[in-house]
Amino acid sequence: MKKEITFTLNNEKVIVEVDPKWTLLYLLREVFEMTGTKEGCGYGECGACTVIIDGQAVNSCLYPVMEAEGRQIVTIEGLMTKEGDLDPLQKAFVDEGAVQCGFCIPGMIMSSKALLDEKEKPTEDEIKECIEGNLCRCTGYVKIVDAIKTVADRR
Amino acid sequence: MKGYEYHKPQTVKEAIDLMEGLENAKYIAGGTDVMVLIRQKKLAPARLISLRNIGDLNYMETEGGLRIGSAVTYNTIAKNDFVQRRYSALADAVKKVGSLQIRNVATMGGNICNAAPSADTACPLLVLDASVIIAGKTGEREMSLDDFFLGPNKVALEKGEILKGFTMPAFGENTGSAYFKHTRRQAMDLPMLGVAARVTIDIGGSEVGCKDAFCTVDSISNILKRLEDENLVCEDVRIAMGVVAPRPIRARKAEEALKGKVISEKLFEEIGEIAASESQPRDSIRGEAWYRRDMVKVLTKRAILKAVDRVIRPDDTIWPDRLW
Ligand SMILES: Cc1cc2nc3c(=O)[nH]c(=O)nc-3n(C[C@H](O)[C@H](O)[C@H](O)COP(=O)(O)OP(=O)(O)OC[C@H]3O[C@@H](n4cnc5c(N)ncnc54)[C@H](O)[C@@H]3O)c2cc1C
Ligand code: FES
Ligand code: FES
Repeated sequence: MKKEITFTLNNEKVIVEVDPKWTLLYLLREVFEMTGTKEGCGYGECGACTVIIDGQAVNSCLYPVMEAEGRQIVTIEGLMTKEGDLDPLQKAFVDEGAVQCGFCIPGMIMSSKALLDEKEKPTEDEIKECIEGNLCRCTGYVKIVDAIKTVADRR
Repeated sequence: MKGYEYHKPQTVKEAIDLMEGLENAKYIAGGTDVMVLIRQKKLAPARLISLRNIGDLNYMETEGGLRIGSAVTYNTIAKNDFVQRRYSALADAVKKVGSLQIRNVATMGGNICNAAPSADTACPLLVLDASVIIAGKTGEREMSLDDFFLGPNKVALEKGEILKGFTMPAFGENTGSAYFKHTRRQAMDLPMLGVAARVTIDIGGSEVGCKDAFCTVDSISNILKRLEDENLVCEDVRIAMGVVAPRPIRARKAEEALKGKVISEKLFEEIGEIAASESQPRDSIRGEAWYRRDMVKVLTKRAILKAVDRVIRPDDTIWPDRLW
C-alpha cells in the first residue's frame, strides 16, 4: 500500500514512503516530526496548518500527501537560517509582541511569508487578506498585522 | 479511516479510462470539498483520481469571450485583469471564496460539480451565460450551465465524465456585472445568500461611459438621477440567486420586467421585489427564510446598480470598491 515520493522540504531533497491516505500535515508531523506546523481544525478553517507549496500558502490538512511529489515545500522549520537566526518575520512577531499562546503563529507566519515573498511592499489590505484564513483566539490580530507591516516597511 | 489509492493521470483520456475501470472511485481537484467529506466520514472512496496535474484542464483564454479550464484555481482567476474588467461578477465571487489558502488550491470545476446551493461561482456563471464542456468516453459535449444543475449536489454528469471547462460569450463595453455575497463574517463563510446581475445598457449615441461629469466619488444613485433625461434603456439582463432554492436559479420574471425598460433606481427596487417573490428560501442555521427573502430585494437592487455603475464608470481603480 505504501508509495515512495520525492520532494523538496525546506530546501532539502527528501525521499519518503507514505500511505496515500495521509495528508501532507500528517507526514510533516508524524513522520518528519516537524511539529511546528499545527493541526487546529483539520477542515481548512483555521490556517494553523499553513505551509508554502511552490510559493503559495496552502492548508496542509487538506493536501493529499501524494500531491507533494516533485514540489517545493517550506514549513515554519525552514525559515531559520543555517546559523540559527530567526527570519525577519519571526523576529518582528517577537519584537511587536504579536504572540500570546502561539498556536496560530506558525500558520500566521507562513501565510505572511508567502505574501512578502511575492510582493515587495504589500498594502495593509493585502496583509489582512493574506491572513484571513488564519484564526487567532488570543491576540485580536492588531499586533500580528503590525508585525507584518514592520517587515514590509523596513524593506 | 479505511484509506484509498491515489491516481495522478496526466491527460483527460487517461483519467476517464481509469474511472471506467475502477470501482468506488472519485475525482478530486483541489480537494477542499472532497478531503473535508472524507474526514467527516461522509465519503469513503476506495480510489481518488486527481485532476490536478492534467494540463488540458488548466487553460484560460480571453479571445472572443472567456474560456476557463475546470482545474484553474480561484486565485489564478482572481489575479486576471481581463476577468476583473469584463466579467466582474465572476471576479467578485472568486475573490471571496473561503480564504487565500483555499483559493490557492480550490477550483471552479470543483465548486460547480459539488453543486452546493451556496456555491459562490454559480450565480456569476449563470448571469454570464456560461456553458460547460463535458468530456466523456465518446467525446465532448457542451450544455448551458443552467441545464447542468439538476438539484442539490447533483449535476448532469454521467458516470466517468469530466467537466472540462467553462465558456462564456464576449460582452461589449456597455455590459457590466456584479455579485453580492451575504455572509455573517467577511472571510471563510459560505453565503447565506448570493445574488448576481448582468446588465447591458443601450447607450446609443450618448457617450455615457467615462463622461467627465462622472469622474466623481458620487453614489451611483445620484448619477442615475442626473442621467434621467438620457432615457438609458436596459437592453439585456440576467439575474441569478443562490441559496434560495435547491439549486442556484435565474430570476426570470424579474429579468423580463427589466428588459427593454428605461432604467431608474425606482425600477430596480421593483425588480428586487419580483426577484424576492421568485425565491423560495428555507430556514437554516445561516439565516431564516423571511430574512433571506427580504435580503434578496436589497441585494438584487444593489447588484443591478453596481453592474450599471461598472458600465458608466468602468475603472474600478479610480472608483474603488470601498464605495460599495
Ligand atoms: C474552509 C473552506 C471554506 C470554503 N468557502 C467556500 C466559499 O466561501 N464559497 C464556496 O462556494 N465554497 C466554499 N468552500 C467549498 C469549496 O472550497 C469549493 O466548493 C471549491 O470550489 C471546491 O473545489 P475543489 O477543486 O477543491 O473541489 P474538490 O473537492 O476536488 O471536488 C469537489 C467535487 O467535484 C468533483 N469534481 C471536481 N472537479 C471535477 C471535474 N473537473 N469534473 C468532474 N467532477 C469534478 C469531485 O469529484 C467532487 O465531487 C469552502 C471550503 C472550505 C474547506
Ligand atoms: S488544521 Fe488545517 S486549516 Fe485548521
Ligand atoms: S496567539 Fe493564541 S491563537 Fe493566536
